[in-house]
Amino acid sequence: MSLSSRFENIEMAQHLCSQLLEGRDVPEETRHWILMALREGLANAIKHGNRQDVTKRVHLEMDIVADTLAIAIRDEGSGFDPGAVGDPLAAENRLKTSGRGIFYMKTFMDDVRFERVPGGGMEILLKKRLGEANEKEGDPK
Amino acid sequence: MKTNVRDVGGVAVVDLKGKITIGSGDVQLRETINKLVDSGKKNILVDMHDVTTIDSSGIGELVGCYTSVTNKGGKLKLLHLPPKINDVLTVTQLITVFDVYESESEALASFRG
Repeated sequence: MSLSSRFENIEMAQHLCSQLLEGRDVPEETRHWILMALREGLANAIKHGNRQDVTKRVHLEMDIVADTLAIAIRDEGSGFDPGAVGDPLAAENRLKTSGRGIFYMKTFMDDVRFERVPGGGMEILLKKRLGEANEKEGDPK
Repeated sequence: MKTNVRDVGGVAVVDLKGKITIGSGDVQLRETINKLVDSGKKNILVDMHDVTTIDSSGIGELVGCYTSVTNKGGKLKLLHLPPKINDVLTVTQLITVFDVYESESEALASFRG
């Protein structure tokens, strides 16, 4: 699916993700953090990728294969360097007002990758194993 | 997000209700706190009990508010943190930055100490 670059669309995407997880034995905690990671990924694409240009789209794919949820979020922006974001845990960054979105995605998901899309844009790939036995060590309890 | 400001013994208690997320509530939080700071309020207690969702943008605004109040010589403290928001503050180690209270009376007393 593709969404216009409006923050209001984040909730709709979260609703669809919830529906995808519906009926599966996914712990409430896992479900909550997946939806937060999805929110962060979409906000990142809208704000830093497409820079809130409503003529640009955010492309979203979500699928569950072999007990793993895979989310792909692609923007149509000019790309950004995820490595340029400082460590939010570093003392000098602790009180910064931004720079935590990628950290939260990495904390709450099992695998997070950023790939530049040929022709422009950035794709964020998020993966999370579903099921209590596979909860990531270090997940907030 | 809905905000309500009460004055309790010189402490501005800000009751928040709803979401503090990008494009919805984040700017409102900043404006509410800035207004209090501009009107000379030094002691601010933010009640998070009815906050349903927060994201990195909302956390950023909370940090920004903390810094604004502190830079003016005031104190901003948090009350009634929902468990998930506590988790979000914990993983980024911000929980060590904020004074957090479970009881409003204890929180109010802490401003007098």
